[in-house]
Amino acid sequence: MTVCSRGKGRLMIKFDAVNKRFPNGTTAVHELSLTMPEGGITVLVGSSGCGKTTTLRMINRMVDPSSGTITLSGRNILEADAAELRRGIGYVIQQAGLFPHRTILDNIATVPLLLGHGRKRARARAAELLETVGLPADAAKRYPHQLSGGQQQRVGVARALAADPPVLLMDEPFGAVDPVVRTQLQDELLRLQQELNKTIVFVTHDIDEAVRLGDRIAVFRTGGHLVQCAPPAELLARPADDFVADFLGAERGLKLLSLSTLADLPRQPATTVRADETAPAGRTDWQLVVSAKGEPLGWLDPAATPPGRAGDAALLPVRPLRDTDSLLSALNESVASPAGLIARIDDAGVLAGVTAREAVHARAGAAHSAAIEPPRPATAPVGKSSA
Amino acid sequence: MTIDWSWISDHASDLATLTVSHLQAALTAVLLGLLISLPLAVLAHRVRPLRGFLLGLSNILFTIPSIAVFVLLLPVSGLTRTTTVIGLTVYTLVVLLRNTVEGLDSVPARTREAAKAMGTRPLRVLLTIELPLALPVIMAGVRIATVMSISLVSVATYIGDGGLGQLFTDGFQRNFPTPVIVGIALTLLLALVADALLVAVQYALTPWKRKRA
Repeated sequence: MTVCSRGKGRLMIKFDAVNKRFPNGTTAVHELSLTMPEGGITVLVGSSGCGKTTTLRMINRMVDPSSGTITLSGRNILEADAAELRRGIGYVIQQAGLFPHRTILDNIATVPLLLGHGRKRARARAAELLETVGLPADAAKRYPHQLSGGQQQRVGVARALAADPPVLLMDEPFGAVDPVVRTQLQDELLRLQQELNKTIVFVTHDIDEAVRLGDRIAVFRTGGHLVQCAPPAELLARPADDFVADFLGAERGLKLLSLSTLADLPRQPATTVRADETAPAGRTDWQLVVSAKGEPLGWLDPAATPPGRAGDAALLPVRPLRDTDSLLSALNESVASPAGLIARIDDAGVLAGVTAREAVHARAGAAHSAAIEPPRPATAPVGKSSA
Repeated sequence: MTIDWSWISDHASDLATLTVSHLQAALTAVLLGLLISLPLAVLAHRVRPLRGFLLGLSNILFTIPSIAVFVLLLPVSGLTRTTTVIGLTVYTLVVLLRNTVEGLDSVPARTREAAKAMGTRPLRVLLTIELPLALPVIMAGVRIATVMSISLVSVATYIGDGGLGQLFTDGFQRNFPTPVIVGIALTLLLALVADALLVAVQYALTPWKRKRA
């Protein structure tokens, strides 16, 4: 049995020796035993044909298992009425799957209407959700084809949330939108999740998306085998076998750094000059030009310090980082920064100090070995033993 | 060929009666055709093996000459309006059945899937998702069936019915062109008005098709 949690939260979804064979003879899911605790995002990841989507669809009985049992909050879902079960589980599918003949508001109101909440109440709830997912109020009366792909996907999320279900199933929901919009939608999902704390099961084939969103990641292999289920840091640090390591890719170490933030990385005071002041001549170190409010504007090249206002000089670009940014982005900036320093800002965007390239590198190395080395009980490969 | 205008004004009320009777026969046939086609189309759409059989059958019925259909029906329903309506209904089936099946096919699988996954039961999926989305294709069939029926009613003149078709036999037998021309004009007018009304109905029923972003 692979348990995808470490103690916290009550048990929500439990697969017990579940198999799914399709009539054409293919095995989609093989002897799957997996539990997911209440709250948090469990990401099912793997290449196509690995059974991750079938696994997801068994939770709301869009697919019934060939053998084994699945329980939701302790209740065997095969004993439930399928339609009623589905109304209690939010479902977001690829490319949103909105109803083209219904307005956005009525799309979102679908499940409350099925539950008999009455049109007025259902629409009021839908209008509320429109705002929750960050859509303008005037989208309510439009039809799906009048919205962009990203907006449609937001409607899909709102529709899934309308009846406030404890469980949300998401099947590659952000697969069809461009990378910039995908990142926005991922951020929004994390923000929503912080607010709502649903039990989310999320299917993707994109390991970066899995690492970004998952509280736990379940890696599937072709033939419907679950190989490993662990929190992202643990998965990246200690892949159960070569298959998982290959799947995580050559930048596995860097992905690990994307999970740590700069919060406890020390800062030093920066040498700054205000944009409206004259740059002091004859200096040999890099100075950071800041606005009157203290926001970093760019680096002043010591070899080419011009006479006159510092702000008029040709500044080299700076990408300041906040404490919530990842160690990976700091590593990137430390390589990109001409001064070999990363600029740190506070929540208001005001310069709070700088950190040297060497300090970032040392921290990155430490974070990497700290994740890999401690002999905490490693997740056992499925089928061998349970801790 | 000259038109005798006084004949028209003398027979205005007869012409009105014939027009109404003509339209009634055609519309009854289309409505009956829809009532028969809808369940059959749903069946043909759901059960793959039945699909070829039902569509093939409606095609074969369509190839029987219209006069033959009326003659074949005589022993069953005699020289009555019923015979006219049954005959016309048979002909509407080929268009209505095919278009309804194609309309149901045109519903995106993802949409049907989403409706099911939200917890919508099958009958409600059919009534609130599939049929509304199939409506544009179904309505295209209804328009063809309506225009076709309006033109076909005249054939029932051979069994003593036929609405405006009676004007053709009348004019032909008396070698008097006015009723024939009036009959053609009224049939055309009926067809055009009916088609325009159906376009308006479709427009009213499919608000999502109007505003293209």
